[in-house]
Amino acid sequence: MLDTASRTAAGRQLPRLRRPGRRTLTQAGVIAVLFLFALLALPQLLSLYYVDAMTQVVVYSMVTLGLGVLVGRVGLVSLGQAAVLAIGAWVAARLLFATGQPYPLVLLEAGVITMVLGTLIGLPALRLRGLYLALITLMLAGAITVVITTTNFPNGGHGFLGYNGSTVHIPAIRRPSIASSDPAYYRYAVVVAALMFLLAGVHIRTRPGRAWAAIRQSEPAALAAGINTWLYKLWAFALASFITGVAGGVLAGAVHYLYSINFPTQDSITLLAVVLMGGAYSLWGAIIAALLLQLLPALLNNWGVSADWLTILFGVGVLQVLTTAPRGLADQVPKDLARLGRLLGRRPRPAAPSGGEPG
Amino acid sequence: MTGGGVEVADLTVRFGGVTSLDGMNVTFEAGTCGLIGPNGAGKTTFFNVLSGFVRPVTGTVRAFGEDLLSMVHFRRARWGVRRTFQTEQSIEELSVFDNVAMVHEHARLAGTSRRQDVLGAIAFVGLQADPSARVSTLAAGERRLLEVARAVVGRPKLVLLDEPAAGLPDEETRHLSQVIRAIPEQTGALTILVDHDMSLVSACCETTAVLDFGKLIASGPTAGVLRDEHVIRAYLGTAEET
Repeated sequence: MLDTASRTAAGRQLPRLRRPGRRTLTQAGVIAVLFLFALLALPQLLSLYYVDAMTQVVVYSMVTLGLGVLVGRVGLVSLGQAAVLAIGAWVAARLLFATGQPYPLVLLEAGVITMVLGTLIGLPALRLRGLYLALITLMLAGAITVVITTTNFPNGGHGFLGYNGSTVHIPAIRRPSIASSDPAYYRYAVVVAALMFLLAGVHIRTRPGRAWAAIRQSEPAALAAGINTWLYKLWAFALASFITGVAGGVLAGAVHYLYSINFPTQDSITLLAVVLMGGAYSLWGAIIAALLLQLLPALLNNWGVSADWLTILFGVGVLQVLTTAPRGLADQVPKDLARLGRLLGRRPRPAAPSGGEPG
Repeated sequence: MTGGGVEVADLTVRFGGVTSLDGMNVTFEAGTCGLIGPNGAGKTTFFNVLSGFVRPVTGTVRAFGEDLLSMVHFRRARWGVRRTFQTEQSIEELSVFDNVAMVHEHARLAGTSRRQDVLGAIAFVGLQADPSARVSTLAAGERRLLEVARAVVGRPKLVLLDEPAAGLPDEETRHLSQVIRAIPEQTGALTILVDHDMSLVSACCETTAVLDFGKLIASGPTAGVLRDEHVIRAYLGTAEET
């Protein structure tokens, strides 16, 4: 047992643990202001077109959040997240058509069911890492896409699949009664996403987050520290799948009609690209990634530019991230801004003395 | 006395055609014990067997009466096996405090204050850094101390230190050797120190075992072992095996 008093040359007093500093408080303030702005002001300022685009951003911020946890925190590269999102959307749609359950309950159920299925997708991660894990998850995602293309999304039909082949009179997937308009549904989505970010944040700051950080750095060292690496890797997949499943549920209500063509397998690859660009090591990165993924195409569309350019842009972006800014935009932008601030701040100073002294 | 210390019997490890440990028999009784030998002698392999990363072909390891090899690797840390690695493995993303707390929280210690234990371990190794500082801001020597703090936090039974002073300047090595010497008294743990540098071992260890090509060639009180002609020969590299 360790005595608190030490016999070594080191001091006899315990080092003090600092209380949350000014930086933490500022951070909390910024988050609160941004959240309130996104919740209250944004839908007032934007046209309906952009409100819908922002709803998509909010939905995908949850997906990128989940993938960011896997890639950034644990070091597991999954290329199956778009398929996991499709599972969440399918389950939620089925439940919404089949039952009159309140929306939050449906989201929770979609999250839990997706969590179980997504954890199964994560099982190969117990043996594989890196490229091989990425390949296996991509294959599984492809398989899921095939299944969903065959079964289609529920559209009010009967039976387990709930698919009604007729093309006339397809009922819309319902929304919560308090959020039937687009701006209201956007706000609803923001609240759900905030809860998911909170869930991920709590995980990262506590025991699982520390275990994940250890696993990411070195698995032998994590084992030597007593960490059950299997459990914590599956836990990461479970968390990511839960969050993505909830996102799928929100997506179902947002679009009203779900089609398998909107969940192509390659979306998973694009997801990974934007997560890397946004910054996989930070929760802000998830939001940036979602903006890149959903707001940029909406902007380009509005300006009459083909969204296909984005594929090229994301390619260049990933290249740039991998070569110059491995921690993504979430890390790079504040640094660049600080550098810019220093540059601007320094400018006048050398000018002042040089004015006083002869050249 | 049975059940005291770590008793290693007939331990053999092979990687393909290479025999890393060749029928190793040794007992580490108490205090700080050294394990030395030239590069490739099997020292780290021995630690990897104790941590559960390497499965031996034959042999048993009994630690304080428990059959260590039957335990799953991550459970060994809970039971009380702690180790450091040749390349220091503190976690950059986390703070100093969290690095140590992480080991503590997986040790499943009932009835202890995590905060007290963690800060106590940090104080014990003499780490001056702010506990809430990120590890990435620490100097190399501080990180080595942090690793030792991770190894002693809670209730370790067996502390394995794998070249803990590698790359440290003399001044910091001296401090580290004081810390290592104090571990058994402070924690009650049996400490095994692996190094190929004899100076740290002779400064810290009452008893020392010597490995060469996977075989134990000497063990006993450190001073005697270091004068042993087999040991000197092994280190000088004259291949005149008996």
